[in-house]
Amino acid sequence: MLLLAFDTATPAVTVALHDGSRVVSGCTQIDARRHGELLVPGIVTALADAGRDRAELSDIAVGVGPGPYTGLRVGLMTARALGDALGIPVHGVCTLDALAYATGRTADQGPFVAATDARRKEVYWARYADARTRLEGPGVDRAADIADGVAGLPAFGAGAALYAESFASVAGPEHVDAAALAELAVERLKNGGEFLPPEPLYLRRPDAKVPANYKPVTPN
Amino acid sequence: MVLGIETSCDETGVGLVRDGVVLGQAVASSMDEHARFGGVVPEIAARAHLHSVTPVVRAALADAGLTLADVGAVAVTAGPGLATALQVGVAAAKAYAVALDVPLYGVHHLAGHVAAATLDGEPLPNPCVVLIVSGGHTSLLYVRDLATDPIEHLGDTVDDAAGECFDKAARVLGLPYPGGPNVDRAARGGDPAAVSFPRPMTGPRDDPFGFSFSGLKTAAARWAETERRAGREPVVADAAASLQEAIADVLTRKAVAACRARGVDTLVVVGGVAANSRVRALAEERCAAAGITLRVPPLRLCTDNGAMTAAVGDLLIRAGRPPASLDLTIDPSAPLVDALLQPRPVALPAAS
Repeated sequence: MLLLAFDTATPAVTVALHDGSRVVSGCTQIDARRHGELLVPGIVTALADAGRDRAELSDIAVGVGPGPYTGLRVGLMTARALGDALGIPVHGVCTLDALAYATGRTADQGPFVAATDARRKEVYWARYADARTRLEGPGVDRAADIADGVAGLPAFGAGAALYAESFASVAGPEHVDAAALAELAVERLKNGGEFLPPEPLYLRRPDAKVPANYKPVTPN
Repeated sequence: MVLGIETSCDETGVGLVRDGVVLGQAVASSMDEHARFGGVVPEIAARAHLHSVTPVVRAALADAGLTLADVGAVAVTAGPGLATALQVGVAAAKAYAVALDVPLYGVHHLAGHVAAATLDGEPLPNPCVVLIVSGGHTSLLYVRDLATDPIEHLGDTVDDAAGECFDKAARVLGLPYPGGPNVDRAARGGDPAAVSFPRPMTGPRDDPFGFSFSGLKTAAARWAETERRAGREPVVADAAASLQEAIADVLTRKAVAACRARGVDTLVVVGGVAANSRVRALAEERCAAAGITLRVPPLRLCTDNGAMTAAVGDLLIRAGRPPASLDLTIDPSAPLVDALLQPRPVALPAAS
């Protein structure tokens, strides 16, 4: 197995390569405006650092968000085209699941929230029982509006850090890391766990309004 | 063989070109999803591109009876166009280039429209005058070797593109989006002399090769509103025919004058508005009268498509132009000076 994992749903443009037993290489760059520029060079770097060739890839795992649309689409389009051209499967993973997985929390430590920045004063969020078990979400809301449901819960991720007053405590990791995404995906593949289709979790409809009635050009 | 990917607006186009000949192509359009908004919504277009690119690649390959193993290079529209839509095509092109281990070329969308006129297998003469006219652009160009020489702008629109004028005038006449084909259809039974619309920028002191269509748009609205206020239902067929006549008249008059002024014997008319029946007919008539050879691509290659992008890639490769690096970015407002468009990342202040 050689699994290529990447995620573009947060400011991190993050890539990792997993050989079935461990993460063998990775490349993470933080720049919320450059997913399109940085992702494919990152993939090439990860392959070169591991001394592996793209033709050896057996699987792709891609973060399907939720996340800001333009960057998110770069990841999903790249995954779909690579999967198509290499003839290998593309497994979608909720980005918040990978963030939660990276916390390594157990059920004994109690439930928690993973949250990323959704802009427009909102967060993308989900509630977890432990690092592998999502209980609620993903959703997109103002942090203050979900405070009742998540009150008293520790929170992880840059979205939580932005609205720290809405959560019991805030801790890292800040962004998702493809190494965690790769570990989670390999674990799911081995255990027969479920994946999502490579479709973006937009969670919002496009901001477009049907134009109002005809407005005369000439005054009455 | 070059695989071309075009996603600058609402069409997902993929084409396969080898040595100036189209081997296969396919197009998916999100136009129906935009119609109720009266124009293209970028986010809707980008969402549709993401779903369409790989199926359209497969459809183009099936059309050609070829496989991805036959692809020797990937060309992609890097601008101008809708930023969020361009990003999808560029991401796909990079992934195909890396997966197939072939070079990647970034191309200018408008150069693609020009190259569409070569896909009948006949290269463009050097030099030629090109009238490029679409929903977003209206320019008269002096083109030498499209793949290697700088493109000279003889004139551009100072405000709206001709296609924009069709779309907005269609709206005031109660015709559905997209305006171009619907005005064309409505005009069939109309009298082109019924409404005397102005011929903008044709005065003696006006830029001889410049265009302006914003006033014509307003003139159409004023006419329709005046008719309605006078209690008359506007005769849409007459207005459509008259408007189309005004646009076709200005475009072709200036294009022929540009050929004469530069001593060029070939006029090339490309872009979505080149699909308009009156623009085509009047261009033919006036070129014939002036002894100018007219080149217009077949209808299906006038609107956005992937074959035109592949055609530019094919020309660039044969001219020995360099491929793009994998950090290729997009330029949503790139002016047309070079068919090769390979913007590199610029230094931005670090994002938080």
